[in-house]
Amino acid sequence: MKDAVDLAFWQILAAYLFVLILIIIVRLKRIPREKEIVLATTRMTLQLILVGYLLVYLFENPNPFYTLLAIIIMQVFAIYNIYKRTKSALGIEMKKIIAASMTIGIFCSLLFFIFVVLQLSPWYEPRYFIPIAGMIIGNSMTGISLGVSNLINGMKAQKAEIEGALMLGATPKMASSKIVNQAFDAAMLPTINSMVGMGIVFLPGMMTGQILSGTSPIVAIEYQIAVMLGIVGSVSLSVIIYLQWGCKTFFNSRSQLKNSND
Amino acid sequence: MGPSGSGKSTLLKLLNHLISPDSGQLLYKEQSIFEMDPIQLRRRIMMTPQTPVIFEGSIKDNLIVGYAFSKEEAPSEQEMNEVMQTCLLKKDLAEKADNLSGGEKQRLALARAMLMKPDVLLLDEPSSALDEDTADIVMKNVVDHTKHHRQTLIMVTHDKKIANQFCENDINMKDYSLK
Repeated sequence: MKDAVDLAFWQILAAYLFVLILIIIVRLKRIPREKEIVLATTRMTLQLILVGYLLVYLFENPNPFYTLLAIIIMQVFAIYNIYKRTKSALGIEMKKIIAASMTIGIFCSLLFFIFVVLQLSPWYEPRYFIPIAGMIIGNSMTGISLGVSNLINGMKAQKAEIEGALMLGATPKMASSKIVNQAFDAAMLPTINSMVGMGIVFLPGMMTGQILSGTSPIVAIEYQIAVMLGIVGSVSLSVIIYLQWGCKTFFNSRSQLKNSND
Repeated sequence: MGPSGSGKSTLLKLLNHLISPDSGQLLYKEQSIFEMDPIQLRRRIMMTPQTPVIFEGSIKDNLIVGYAFSKEEAPSEQEMNEVMQTCLLKKDLAEKADNLSGGEKQRLALARAMLMKPDVLLLDEPSSALDEDTADIVMKNVVDHTKHHRQTLIMVTHDKKIANQFCENDINMKDYSLK
């Protein structure tokens, strides 16, 4: 097994030069996005430097408390990100459901993954636990985010159809089933697409990282398959829980459609 | 009857318990509708909105959607064709409902509600998308059908001719109150 190629300072600088060229092109083309690109690049750099040092500390001092704390922080940040990404105003009930579905979905998938699939010893081994949790949380965040937007937009856009179904004696669940299914499809689409294109269209980030750091592609693939299955499980579970509970918030106890979702 | 914005559609939605009043009581057969299961109530007091709601699928899928909701056995195709005839809808049951014109969709929604055989039929401007001659025949057929099945028909309309011809009790509304 070869050692990973350690990038020299000037090599990283060259990568930034690439972004600088992009900024010049964007400016010449008068696309007003330079500020966003600079901000995102700076933010990514600072975040990764901080995380790098933090991970070094965590890996050198394995401790269940620190590992769990890292997962909780990631989870809280992911939930906050979903709230922020959703364009419609979210009521307190909806926020609670998002947090609960994220927590339950991720907790169940992570437990299964760590104890049944990987059988880590010790279970909190941060070198495995943290990156895997990161991928599961990140993908579930994207899934729920899409599920939230699609459910809210669908309930607004198809209000007449839902009311029409209620008038004919449908239960709220029956009346909203089409929208719930559409929201589930939309939420799962990025994960399904990434599974379908994996290995042919692109090499996934984790696998690329492992191969670059000198791991055999076969070992990298084994991990990638296991992680991808964990991601699909976690995204589906979180989104299903969210949609089942979330669609109920649009109706009151008299099976009537609420005017607003507050 | 009444001018736009006088609360006619709101009144029908209250009777269908699709919305609840801020105060007061709503009684059906001397029982408060607030004590009844709203879903069961809507199957007995069924409403058809002014803009017809057409679901994905064929004409048949649309006709039996109410039965799918209540998980009851759907009526025979012969019965479906008879109700469609009552509404002057000469179409194949397998045809896609989305291809129908505005007036045909309105009649399909009407046929669907009639096929469910509710105790009370609440129709919100059922002839608004129909030409005068079709409206006359359809409304006569619908009134005859509901009388034959001993149903109550409550209809919101702007059409004075239809109101004069068929209504046994006129209710006029203005500014959210009955006159």
